[in-house]
Amino acid sequence: MNGPLSGFGVVLARDLRLAFRRPGEMANPLLFFILITAIFPLGLSPEPELLRTVAPGVLWGAALLSSLLALDLLFRSDYGDGSLEQLVLSGHSLPVLVLAKTLAHWMVSGLPLVLVAPLLASALYLPPEAWGTLMLGLLLGTPTLSLLGAMGAALTTGLGTGSALLSLLVLPLATPILIFGARGVDLAVQGMDPVGPLYLLAAILFLALSLLPLAIAAAVRISLD
Amino acid sequence: MPGAAGTGGEGMLSKDTREILLQAEGLKLWRGERCLFRALSFELPEGAVLHVSGANGCGKTSLLRVLCGLTEPEEGEIRWRGRSICRCREDFQHAFAWLGHLHGFKAELSARENLAFSVSLRRETDPDVRNETLGQVGLDAVADLPCRVLSAGQKRRLSLAMILLSAAQLWILDEPFTNLDPKGRNMIADMLDRHCANGGTAIVAAHQDLGVEQRYLRHLEMEDTG
Repeated sequence: MNGPLSGFGVVLARDLRLAFRRPGEMANPLLFFILITAIFPLGLSPEPELLRTVAPGVLWGAALLSSLLALDLLFRSDYGDGSLEQLVLSGHSLPVLVLAKTLAHWMVSGLPLVLVAPLLASALYLPPEAWGTLMLGLLLGTPTLSLLGAMGAALTTGLGTGSALLSLLVLPLATPILIFGARGVDLAVQGMDPVGPLYLLAAILFLALSLLPLAIAAAVRISLD
Repeated sequence: MPGAAGTGGEGMLSKDTREILLQAEGLKLWRGERCLFRALSFELPEGAVLHVSGANGCGKTSLLRVLCGLTEPEEGEIRWRGRSICRCREDFQHAFAWLGHLHGFKAELSARENLAFSVSLRRETDPDVRNETLGQVGLDAVADLPCRVLSAGQKRRLSLAMILLSAAQLWILDEPFTNLDPKGRNMIADMLDRHCANGGTAIVAAHQDLGVEQRYLRHLEMEDTG
């Protein structure tokens, strides 16, 4: 029960178990991701050239929007049944506990997007050379989106209706991820070295990992006051 | 009407040598336009139950939330074993267990799973010990059902099982009697008696008599400041 990471595994295991008890909710972001990318060819044109050009932006935009989708419940359900109070008062470091919750959320809502991305990429005629960049970019970008989203969710949890406010709070902060992520895939499609944007995504992820848990914990405390 | 202070520490015991566990000094809290309490002070030694009573909306829950550190008071200090809780927050949090209006567990998980999670945040326990506690609060027959199908009283019993297993020295209970049948209310009285006999202490906000032994009991009557 000691050490700075105490409680991390317990909370992670509980949140994952809870996610599997609500499979519909868990599948929601993934389904949304697939649907958005699937309707683009219908609306634009089935022209491979055109689809290949818009694919990086479409895939990243869809990933960003789907990661926003499941955020609202991240803290709201724990807030509503009193579990959040118990976590705050459990005597563990709160930033560590919210990091565990965010990781569980990412594993359920972000990781599946990374895994199905090549499938959707091929549907948009993205050349296989760019799939690696797409997956790596999503692997570095979606955790940051989850962390940013968790901060927005923590801030809006105490308010009655948070969803619209939550998107407004998170989207502007998330645009750099969208820009660098799509740019990396773009470069890979053109046969250039995508390492620059990927490094930037990694840098943003580590910045977010080191600072945001503190901000999320503070926001949770405020929403309970 | 000026804000009123609670009267604390009218114990039945005369001067004793028991250690003072919790001390509140000059607490003051505003909520919106109202001052819920000001200059509120009390001391609580081991083996005592503080019964906080008062009309609806007079600030009992707010006081309890201030005591567990969920809400910051405007003024005043709370000390746990002589140290300000701001300075030993984690030690203090390990030392108390909180039961609020909300149950504090997940509707999707079973009583057994919820209890295992809640305890594992605090300490290691044996499944047998947890099963025994579930039996003690009368939930063994429904322990594997998802908690959403439990009745309100059964949910309260599960929260009490969490308190029992927390091994905390200080219990802070907000209206623990809600939704409980007479048997359940007696169970709480027994719990509190045993807790005090073992040197524990408790703060209970309730409208009714707690039913605990008089020698453990102290009162804090909160006045309605309108």
